[in-house]
Amino acid sequence: MTTAAIKLQSDQLFARKRLLNFGLPAVVLAYFIYIFFAFDLIGLAERARMDNARILVADSYSYKTHVTRDNRSGEVSFAIEGERKGAYPEGEMPEWVSQSGEETVIDLGDGKIATYDAQSITLDIPGYGLITSTPSRAKGVNATFPEGALPDWINASKNRLTVTTPGARLTITRNRAEVFRYSSGWELFFFTLNSPYHGAGAGQILFGDRIDPARSNVAGAAHDFWHNPMWRHGEVAWAMFETVLMAFLGTMGAAIVALPLAFMAAKNFAPFSAVRFGFRRVFDFVRGVDGLIWTIVLSRAFGPGPMTGALAILITDTGSFGKMFSEALENVDEKQIEGIQSTGAKPVQRYRFGVIPQITPVLLSQVLYYLESNTRSATIIGAITGGGIGLLLTQAMITQKDWEEVSYYIVLIIGMVMLMDWLSGLIRRRLIAGDESGH
Amino acid sequence: MADLTAAQGAQTPDIRAHYMDMTRRKRLYGGITISIFALLMVSGFLLADSRNAGGFWDGLHRIFDFPAQVVSEAWESRADMPSHLLTYFPSLIETINIAAVSTMVGALGGIVLSLLSTRGMARFPRLIPVFRRIMDVMRAMPEIVIALVLIFILGGGPVPAMIAIAFHTAGALGKLFSEVNENASLKPVEGLQSVGATWSQRMMLGVIPQVLPNYLSYGLLRFEINIRASAILGFVGAGGIGYELKNAMSWGLGKFDEAAAIFILLFGAIVFFDQLSSHYRNRLTHGGKA
Repeated sequence: MTTAAIKLQSDQLFARKRLLNFGLPAVVLAYFIYIFFAFDLIGLAERARMDNARILVADSYSYKTHVTRDNRSGEVSFAIEGERKGAYPEGEMPEWVSQSGEETVIDLGDGKIATYDAQSITLDIPGYGLITSTPSRAKGVNATFPEGALPDWINASKNRLTVTTPGARLTITRNRAEVFRYSSGWELFFFTLNSPYHGAGAGQILFGDRIDPARSNVAGAAHDFWHNPMWRHGEVAWAMFETVLMAFLGTMGAAIVALPLAFMAAKNFAPFSAVRFGFRRVFDFVRGVDGLIWTIVLSRAFGPGPMTGALAILITDTGSFGKMFSEALENVDEKQIEGIQSTGAKPVQRYRFGVIPQITPVLLSQVLYYLESNTRSATIIGAITGGGIGLLLTQAMITQKDWEEVSYYIVLIIGMVMLMDWLSGLIRRRLIAGDESGH
Repeated sequence: MADLTAAQGAQTPDIRAHYMDMTRRKRLYGGITISIFALLMVSGFLLADSRNAGGFWDGLHRIFDFPAQVVSEAWESRADMPSHLLTYFPSLIETINIAAVSTMVGALGGIVLSLLSTRGMARFPRLIPVFRRIMDVMRAMPEIVIALVLIFILGGGPVPAMIAIAFHTAGALGKLFSEVNENASLKPVEGLQSVGATWSQRMMLGVIPQVLPNYLSYGLLRFEINIRASAILGFVGAGGIGYELKNAMSWGLGKFDEAAAIFILLFGAIVFFDQLSSHYRNRLTHGGKA
């Protein structure tokens, strides 16, 4: 070959490389530009509700305590998140509130003091001044402010006054006055206020005197924790269990169904090629229909619940397993089967002792891998069909206020999936000793 | 010689008894394992059945009612089918776009994460465990969690789904890619280092060319998975064909002919991309060079 020819060849090679190295990124870039407009990213920036994001982030790690005064009766009540489940029992109140006679003094932190007395409500904000309101049916909120223009964190009209400050908020209408104080943490996570164990330390519960005379400390605390009406630990645990159950039943059931069918779809075991072709198409069909459609179809027949989810996973994965198992079967070593056959083994024995031991590692590793991935799918299917932790998550999201519960569920889901991942990896390594790669 | 034979002869029944004993024990253990497993399966199914809204046996004969209804309605208005297919084609494109973008973005993230968490290549070797844990968390996060949170903030549409899928994809591909990286030769990296190449140059020129075919193969597989995921996320409000399906499926509307058109589109798309990706993956792994 002459030098010129070699040069020409290398020039061509370089030209091709250049085309690939510049052309491919250009195509990808063009695609991203198309997506930028197709997904309307400019409009998205306008539509994004950043205030929602703030609420979400703030709510996920903090809670608010409502101090509410009924303006007609003058009665003051305290409740966490303003829910009945979080209400303070009669005569109890947070430590930053002091009550004497008709007067209630609420310390909102940073020197801000709100006072409810017989007629009026005052809010003292350091650096701004005193806001006084004497609500009545006739005159509305009837508020007076310090001199000067109203700052934008005060929203006042005849019938409604809202003062929003960092860490606290005051709302007054004709019928009631309400102060929120924000504090961080997941309040009442262990015990609600009506439980005698609220506020007791772990040491006191385990080793201290009996708090509730009717039952032993550990049993009583466990019961109150499990039936906590605010966080519903018992129900959440059940939901997690249901999700894992869906994944387990779906995956294992699919493996059991797929194994015999895979023999029919493997080149070296199928009796006729038409049978093999038919089974392969069945697997493709089942896989192609996808878990989403199976879930919809099955939930019409069986209603929402874990059974529907398990069956949806079972059917979809029968397709995947059938395909993978039949590929594994096509790769088995014929020599072992012949060896078994030479001892006079019947077909079933040939499969049992000649084939199964060869494919077991592949099978188990696939099944365990799917078990982990199906835990995630079961969460999603649960959100669609209504079962397990997925349902709880969507329910908590729909209310748009229990974001601390949402973040709790997210932490639990991630923990659950990571646990399944770890567990399946552990079993895989134990059962398939020596196969470090896991495939 | 005679001694030896005699001695063997004396031991054989012993060995046989011992062997049979071991076999029996193995069978016993195997039997116990299988029966525990069977018990778990049966009780699990019974439990799931009892917690389901409708029972399994009550529903079993109704399993084909809904598909039959859809098919019959679609058959009655079969003349409209082409126009339905055409109507929903754009939303199918949206679903595929979501999958494609999130696969690309996720793969980029996965490449960076995998390089940062592979021994011998990591930019900050001390932080390898940190990046591994980050990938674990990303992988464990179901797409629906992020999608629902983002839908609350950004409103419905393709972007929340895209971000959610890309996030999960980055974690999942990062793990697979780092397994690929571990098998890559470090010699080119060392060679580049000896001439003073920066970390990004070492990675771009020393590692990526070695592992790119495997990356592409995993990326294609992920694309297949992501199409399914993006259809599902549509169902919870993130745009695309899943969203249309949910609307068509809502009770009482009786738009099952449209639902049938969507089923056909979705099924066709999944099968098409399955075949396409398995074709290219085969070429990438088995002598694509020829």
